[in-house]
Order: sequence, then C-alpha cells, then structure tokens
Amino acid sequence: MSKVAIVGYGLTKFSKDDFKIESVLINATKNLFDSTSNLNQKDIDAVLVSTNNNSKYLSAILSEMMGIQPKIAHSVESLCNSGTNSIVAAYSYIVSGLAELVLISGAEKYDSPGQILEWDKLRGQFKHPIFWASIFSKSYKRKYSITDEDIALVSVKNHKQSKNNPNAFSQISVSVNDVLNSKKLTDDLRLLDCSRPCTGGASILLASENIYKKFTDDPIWITGIGQKTTSASFTKNLAFHTMESTKQAALSAFQMSKQNPNNIDVVEVHDAFSVCEPMALDSIGFTKLGEGMKMVKEVYLTENSKINPRGGLIGSGHPLGATGIAQTIEITQQLQSKAGKRQVDNANVGLIHNMSAAATSSTVLVLEN
Amino acid sequence: MNFESELKKGNFLISECIHCKIIVWPPSEFCNQCLNENSWRKCSRKGKIIEFSKQKETYFCVAEFEKSIKIMGEIVSGEPKIAGQIYIVDCGIVNENYFLKMRVLE
Repeated sequence: MSKVAIVGYGLTKFSKDDFKIESVLINATKNLFDSTSNLNQKDIDAVLVSTNNNSKYLSAILSEMMGIQPKIAHSVESLCNSGTNSIVAAYSYIVSGLAELVLISGAEKYDSPGQILEWDKLRGQFKHPIFWASIFSKSYKRKYSITDEDIALVSVKNHKQSKNNPNAFSQISVSVNDVLNSKKLTDDLRLLDCSRPCTGGASILLASENIYKKFTDDPIWITGIGQKTTSASFTKNLAFHTMESTKQAALSAFQMSKQNPNNIDVVEVHDAFSVCEPMALDSIGFTKLGEGMKMVKEVYLTENSKINPRGGLIGSGHPLGATGIAQTIEITQQLQSKAGKRQVDNANVGLIHNMSAAATSSTVLVLEN
Repeated sequence: MNFESELKKGNFLISECIHCKIIVWPPSEFCNQCLNENSWRKCSRKGKIIEFSKQKETYFCVAEFEKSIKIMGEIVSGEPKIAGQIYIVDCGIVNENYFLKMRVLE
C-alpha cells in the first residue's frame, strides 16, 4: 500500500468570535498556504471540508475562494470526529490513486448545531452533552473509586498546557479548587470539567509518497488508522465507564501501524469532558482499565506534557469540525520537533484519539516521523 | 401502531421482531437484523437503574427495561440506587423530546 504524508498545516485562533464559517475555512487555509513551500493551487486534487455547520457546498466555496479547481470536493460530517473522518477519507483517496494531494479544512462556529444530536430521543429531555458526561463521570468514579478531586486534575493539567498554545481558547491557570468550585452543572460535572464550544479552523495537507518532497523535508506519515462506530444512541453503550468504540479503533490502529501503546511518545485524546481523558487512556490501552487517572497524575507531577500537550479540548476549546484536524496538527508538530514551548522530548511516534456522541464512534490515528 | 403516537397517549411500547425473537431498540418499524417488519407491544413499566446523577433537585438516570433496552428519564420520587427497581409513572412527548417519569420502588 502506498504511503500518505502530512506535508502542511494551518490554524486559526480558537475564540468566541462570530465569524462566518466560510471566513474561518479561508483563514485556516490561507495560513496553510503561507507556511507550506512550493504549494500551487493546481497541485490540489481534492478539497474536503469538515464541519457540522448548516451552510452548504462549503468545499466548492473554499476551493473557489482559494483559486482551486479540484477533481473531488465535498464535506464530511460525523459530529465531533468529523475532522479525523475527513483525514481518513483523504488518506483513502490518495491510497486508491484518485488523488495525490488533498487539502482538508475543518471549521466550526461557537453555536454549532453539532453540539446536540436531536435524533437521539432515547436521551429523553436530557439531550445536552452534559448529561451523558455526568453519567460517564458518575459511572467511572463509582467503578474505580475515583473522586471529583482526582478528575479535576485533568482540567488543571490541560488548562496549564494550553497556556503554551497561542491558538488556544483558554489562557488561564486553574487549580483543583477552582474546578471543584466552578459552576455546578450536575452533581457529577462542573463547568471547568467541560470543553467549550468555540469558533475555530484547522487545515491540513496530505500528499502521496510520489510528491511529498515538493512541499517538505520533514514529512509525518500516517501509519495507523482505526475506526469503529458501535451505535448512534448514547444509551446503547454497553457500559458507561469505558469506551468500546475507542478500544476497537485503537486495536485496529495499532495493528495497522505495528505499534503498541508503549511506543507512543505523545498523544492527543478527546477530553470533551475531564472524565473522558482517563477513560480514553484506559480504552486505548495505555493503562489497565481504571488506571487512567494514575497516568494523568504521574505526567502532571513530573511536568511531562505528553498527554494533550496543546491543552486538549478543555484548554484549547472544541470547534467540533476542526478538533480532530487540530489534534493531528499538534502531533505532527510534535513529531517534527516544531511544537515550541509545548515540545515533548524525543517524540517519534504519536497518537490521536477523536470521538463522537458519547464515544458511540471513535477514530484513532498513529503518526510517525 | 406508531411508537410516538402511542407515547403521546402515555403508552410506552417496544418494537419486537417475531422472526429474530429480539427487541429492536431504538423503536423502529423494521428489525435491524432481518429487516422484516417489527411488531409492537407494551413494555413492562418496571425496570432497573443502571446509572444516575442529579441536576439541582432532579435525579436523572439511565434505566433498563425488560433486561434489554435502555432509556434516560427523570426520577420523580424516591432515592435512586444502582440496580434499584423503578416504575414508569408517566411518559409522553414534550417539545419533540420523549419524557419518562419514574418512581423508585422500595
């Protein structure tokens, strides 16, 4: 199978600004063009847009505004893991030979309709994500004898790390007490346990091994892809203290890349809510089930930023369609040793975990330099 | 028989495939295994609490019925506990959302 490299990227700042979705896509893509050598619009075979926004025909609009006439242009929507789904689609176009160079741009506005899955009526009146997050949190704490204080550390760590990310929504430090004393949304969830919906964009450029050298001397290779959708309804999850779709996606990604959790130097996990970070670490296989918080504590106490170095979703903000792409850009920069103050030592293999709708669907990517 | 029109009347139904002998959930016209048409019947109103939390003074939970299907709803009386028995006292549709009100069985 032919190889696929990441050869360029561009981000916007994540904010509460009320920009048009088209502007966010264009700005992220302009930043990609500005930072990628030798990139000509004519080189681009496909343009994919990742978003939950209701505006239509966005890939054609982005193409037109950037002066691109691609063979393939369409949107990809899968709620919160639209971003990595679009990367997997782009990968497939390149491996199949339908494209050599694919531009992907993810964008969202702070008021995205993707925040609530209206279809899932089995949630009753409790459709907002804070309710599934409360059930996950309660279940994880009960199953593994973990406290609110323990879980608050995820938010403390990720806020701290986002201060080194100039594009992050949050630039503040918070303490465990700040988290525990922040607005009580439910008995099992505080405001500072939550990632915040925001406006933001992230663009990434994928190339075949035939042409990557034109754009970079420092390609990052996508060596593992795993995806699994177990259901759409939250209550169809087999358990609420573990992420079944993540387990299966991680197994596939490790199998494809011939890597294993011990080899991963840096990881972006989908901390939509603080409990999701230890759950994801467990489910990916970094720790035994229930020991994810031990890993979080250990990296925090040793000032190791290998888990969510850009601040995760909690620190960076969560513009749904851009999130998976921004996570992938972070791991790319880490593996290129271009992450600045966020740089993790000796990062050669990285992993991205991006999920949707209470872990009913997950994507895991493995990247290598 | 339509699930939502019955729910509006306060009847909580489930869809069942007589060929596969399974409950199909979420409620659906067709079986998601053999794709034949489902039949409808009243669901037991007795269930058990799988997980719960609380917002302000309101307990909400994931409840399981007929040892098979799970749905979220509100606990209107009693103190919930894991695996505790509950009973549906009211159900319906408000603002296009389903609602289930349950009481804890002592």
